Amino acid sequence: MGILEVKNVSKRFGGLQALGDVNLSVAENTVHAIIGPNGAGKSTLLNCLIGKLIPDTGSVMFDGNSVLGRKPYEINQMGISRVFQTPEIFADLTVFENVMIPCFATRDGAFRMHALESVANEPDIVEQAETMLADVNMLDKRNVHAGSLSRGDKRRLEMAMCLSQQPKLLLLDEPTAGMARADTNNTIDLLKEIKDKRDITMCIIEHDMHVVFSLAERITVLAQGTPLVEETPENIKGHPKVREAYLGEAQV
Amino acid sequence: MLGLNRKDAMLLMVVVLLTLFAPFLLNPFPEGSSLAQFNAGYPDLMQRFVIFGIFAIGFNILFGLTGYLSFGHAAFLGAGSYAGVWMMKLLTMNVIPAIIVSVVVAGLFSLLIGFISLRRSGIYFSILTLAFAQMSFALAYSVLTPITGGETGLQLSLNDPRILGVSSTGDGSIPVTNLFGLEMRDSFEWEVGAWLFTFNAGYYVCAAVMLVAFYVAIRIFRSPFGMMLRAVKSNQQRMNYTGLNPKPYTLAAFVISGMYAGLAGGLMVSMDPLAGAERMFWTASGEVVLMTILGGAGTLIGPVLGAGLIKYMENIVSKINSTILHEWFAFMPDGIEDLLVTLVYPFIGKGWHLTLGIMFMLVVIFLPGGLVEGGQRIGRLFRRRDRKGTGVEAPAAEQRRKTPAE
Repeated sequence: MGILEVKNVSKRFGGLQALGDVNLSVAENTVHAIIGPNGAGKSTLLNCLIGKLIPDTGSVMFDGNSVLGRKPYEINQMGISRVFQTPEIFADLTVFENVMIPCFATRDGAFRMHALESVANEPDIVEQAETMLADVNMLDKRNVHAGSLSRGDKRRLEMAMCLSQQPKLLLLDEPTAGMARADTNNTIDLLKEIKDKRDITMCIIEHDMHVVFSLAERITVLAQGTPLVEETPENIKGHPKVREAYLGEAQV
Repeated sequence: MLGLNRKDAMLLMVVVLLTLFAPFLLNPFPEGSSLAQFNAGYPDLMQRFVIFGIFAIGFNILFGLTGYLSFGHAAFLGAGSYAGVWMMKLLTMNVIPAIIVSVVVAGLFSLLIGFISLRRSGIYFSILTLAFAQMSFALAYSVLTPITGGETGLQLSLNDPRILGVSSTGDGSIPVTNLFGLEMRDSFEWEVGAWLFTFNAGYYVCAAVMLVAFYVAIRIFRSPFGMMLRAVKSNQQRMNYTGLNPKPYTLAAFVISGMYAGLAGGLMVSMDPLAGAERMFWTASGEVVLMTILGGAGTLIGPVLGAGLIKYMENIVSKINSTILHEWFAFMPDGIEDLLVTLVYPFIGKGWHLTLGIMFMLVVIFLPGGLVEGGQRIGRLFRRRDRKGTGVEAPAAEQRRKTPAE
């Protein structure tokens, strides 16, 4: 029984069957990649996991509870954090505030009326945020406006924001999309580091085979809205079905 | 001090001193001199400065922090005013119950309107609040006449019950507003040479309330709650995926700013116990938007400066007429004098809106951060000059510049 159990999920947009009977099980403390050609339904599946879309049929269970019908912030409070394709950060706030906000969210829940307390009087949160920033080597940038960071730093910051919530599951939506090779490698190293330092389950949606094979322990190949195979990276490389559907033209 | 950091405490101290000595500071010109018309140190105008300051401080908590632009905040000020007058009609002429009930009523009213309007954001939110405020105005003006006094406005009368006070004074007139016996219209005048300074009880009551309101606003700005409000403005998507529900945060900000507006309304009727529907008109809502943007939205002191500037122009620039202009330019040859008067005339008197409009345009184009940004730029200019000497200030100044919401 995995931490994330997707059973018989289907989603239809008008005449398009985006997802057809998807079953997926992500085991705890593994890195699970979902790959597939464009239009395979990867993003639709992800959106069903985080409450942005509600599937037509099937169930999505996380840690023994159904996520269906819950709001994105409720699903986050259950322990799922999400990294976006383009980093979503609080661009008008400082780097430090960016990391403090998720710390507050984890401690105080979805809403708390702490209007007359002072941020400066929260040593626990401050310490937690400092540790997190030090973890991603950004402590020297704590007072910088997050919006003025480089793309790579924004990605690191977003990662730090997600990790400071100590999520049970981290969803990554093409974390290296549009990055130069050097930045991609940095991101891979960062993710490996994160993986080594703590118990965390990651679910990565990715185009870049280099990233997938560097990180993933299990790979699910999605094509035309249905999973073709679920295997270890070694077995995926030589799998004839996968070659046919997806890797045919890619150099692996 | 008071749970504030050094910088905020300094700012608060400066504001305390400015409000305390306002009767001096606003009356720099001797009585009877030709510049005496620029004196703003009379009770009615000083009260307006601080009351509209409160209104703008509250509005800034919503607009400056969350970015939600409400175009209907005058409705809460109006609701607060009516509630205040009713307390004076029914209960007592003491201003305390009137102010408290004003805040409560405005808070409830803003909870209702905010709950509905905040279902949308951006321009749709603005339109919804505008629609609600205009509806409130129309209701107050017509249908609700028994409660609001309709066209004539809600006034005190000799037949009011005033359970804890008297319906009329010994000489048969309506009692005046007071704070435990201290009449709001009481003034102490002090003549120093050619100068005349007026210390008005009502002004100091308003000023004290404004200082408390300002202090609370600083606390809100520096609280985790304030940080969440800025997060709402910055990225609601990220907020949702960080386990935070933006809705109650924005609603709380809306209600708090509505309560500030109610407080301003309550103080207004405490100074002059009369409430009219025009207080809810959309131009009144627009005015507080102007004040906040002119002074600097999202800054602490900006809205107060903006409120002061607009009220000053409304009361002082509008009083200049062509006779005064002719006096100013009398030293010129006749032809040029007339030409200058003709050129300047559209910008004064009833044309003060034109001057205000031009100022607003200039500020928005050249100082998007409002008057506060202007002040910061001047400050930086001086600092840069210092730095040339020492050369170590640079990183610190850069850091200061990047700290938001100061």
